[in-house]
Amino acid sequence: MATIEMKNIVKKYGDGFPAVNDVSIDVADGEFLILVGPSGCGKSTLLRMIVGLEDITSGDMLIGGERVNDLAPRDRNLSMVFQNYALYPHLTVYENIAFPLRLAKKSEKEIDEKVREASKTLDLDEHLQRKPANLSGGQRQRVAMGRAIVREAKAFLFDEPLSNLDAKLRGQMRTEIARLQKKLGITTVYVTHDQTEAMTLGDRVAVMKRGILQQLASPRELYEQPVNLFVAGFIGSPPMNFLPATVEGGKVTLPFGTFPLPADKAAKTEGKGLLMAGIRPEHFEDVSVIEEGHVDTSRTFEAHIDVREWLGDQQYAYVPYEAEAKVQDQLKELARESDSDSLRTQLVVSLDAASKVSEDDDATLFIDTDKMHLFDPTSGDNLTVGL
Amino acid sequence: MKTDVKSRIGTAIGCALILIWCLLPVAWIISLSFKSQEAVTVGSPGFFPSKGGGAGWQNYQDVLADDQFRRAIFNSIGISLIATLLSVILATLAAYAIARLEFSGKKFVLTTALVIAMFPVVSLVGPLFDMWRTFGIYDTWPGLIIPYMSFTLPLAIWTLSAFFREIPWEMEQAAQVDGATSWQAFRKVIVPLAAPGVFTAAILTFFFAWNDFVFGISLTSTENARPIPAALSFFVGADPFNRPASLLAAGAVVATVPIVVLVLFFQRKIVAGLTAGAVKG
Repeated sequence: MATIEMKNIVKKYGDGFPAVNDVSIDVADGEFLILVGPSGCGKSTLLRMIVGLEDITSGDMLIGGERVNDLAPRDRNLSMVFQNYALYPHLTVYENIAFPLRLAKKSEKEIDEKVREASKTLDLDEHLQRKPANLSGGQRQRVAMGRAIVREAKAFLFDEPLSNLDAKLRGQMRTEIARLQKKLGITTVYVTHDQTEAMTLGDRVAVMKRGILQQLASPRELYEQPVNLFVAGFIGSPPMNFLPATVEGGKVTLPFGTFPLPADKAAKTEGKGLLMAGIRPEHFEDVSVIEEGHVDTSRTFEAHIDVREWLGDQQYAYVPYEAEAKVQDQLKELARESDSDSLRTQLVVSLDAASKVSEDDDATLFIDTDKMHLFDPTSGDNLTVGL
Repeated sequence: MKTDVKSRIGTAIGCALILIWCLLPVAWIISLSFKSQEAVTVGSPGFFPSKGGGAGWQNYQDVLADDQFRRAIFNSIGISLIATLLSVILATLAAYAIARLEFSGKKFVLTTALVIAMFPVVSLVGPLFDMWRTFGIYDTWPGLIIPYMSFTLPLAIWTLSAFFREIPWEMEQAAQVDGATSWQAFRKVIVPLAAPGVFTAAILTFFFAWNDFVFGISLTSTENARPIPAALSFFVGADPFNRPASLLAAGAVVATVPIVVLVLFFQRKIVAGLTAGAVKG
């Protein structure tokens, strides 16, 4: 039970490349913090600096108020679950879980009690005498967690613990981890590249890119009020649509037409030239499924539906559009940064499952400009944050 | 199906041929060791002793009753075991450092080790003979243990560092996070995982020491430190012109037994895939 304070943490490797650059995060006692970002963003390095497996180039790391920069991992009293579990293959499940206790020279009786308790919590009772090689992926994962929870560590650290499981098991384990953390109430730092895990597990989420902390906020705030283009594009699936936009006279001009914009948003973006508008797929709707008279006709446009994906509870429709080269380059750069690929400039809209739009057909769509964000295309900053 | 049967028969014949090729000399020496001295002298070409030519266990009893031979066995076992033990301990530590640490001169250490292993034994015997006499360790156990170690260490280091490289880094890191010192992580996690490698290195080292003849005969002068291979060559009996072939055969069989026992014992420890299950593959 402890707080973890990171103050201006920098990690530079031998070639001078900063893998983690000036990151400051305070993790409250009992908080569940997620570090998320595309691969190579420094999230794992940061976690390994907390646990002491990587040296800190500069900055201060405080655990429970005590500076731990120069402490060896064994003196920090943290427990960690590795991505590949790192179980001891020559020991039984029982001995694997008991390992930290034996190192701490606890009495045989105490070890037995604690191991039994951990194995009960994680439903491992029937596997205690087996070797890790004979266990399934999910069971190994639970053994790794057992080894972490068996001793009273100050905090839990998880390094992409679910990335080696199949999709179904991942969902179950995710819930299990959340439940365990709530039950034990221990400060937890969790590294993942999976945004579902990030959004569902965390009290707060830290989004990183190339070693720099982009935004530290609750999942809801990240989704609704992203501070820049990167966070906006990284969080959410399917991702936010980015369209070239200009704001003039309280109206925003998009490739599909000109729509009225709320006054406060317009005031902040008026006359700034070419901007990047960000709007999530669910902020569009097929006009035909909206009740008569509830449609604001000034905010509708005709679109040609290229491809449609029906998922049962909703459906996605794809609307290709032409964009000028400068905008296309920017969108490509953005996709590359968040580990995805954009092949063409297209709009993804999420429609009500009842909508009868068909592929290769025209439809009238409603766009909710109230929820739109406008970004400065050069700096990437969100000009309408908080509105 | 037809080719399957054919290939199986072929395999069986091939195996049988190789087995005969390898084991015939061994079988012959065992056969020889059960014949009486007289039968060998007059010429007894059969595989099984001819009528009245069998000696039963007499040759073995004679060999084991011989003080010189008993002493040689004791020397061989003692020297080989100590050389193996020291060599494996040193090689384990060295190989761990080579596999895990980045230090300047790592390549140099590895290549030097290889060069030493390739050095012809004979070229070193002369200088060693002179040096050992100056140091006063000529005809002593350490006088043999040291060259055995220096010739087996390189191979042991190469074998073991390959094993250590196979062990994921996370194993040690997990142990350290769990509260282990570097030494504890090495002893409780890494060494058990490298056990197959340790035993492989041990067998190789033991073979070298046990089978060595050149050092054994050149660096010893009395039964004080003379190992079996050298002792057998001195085993001429009463008449130097009429070597006791069947006694020598019995001695050779006795000298082979410890190696067979050792291999059978260590073979169980060399289980491949001990690291299976450590990490998600």
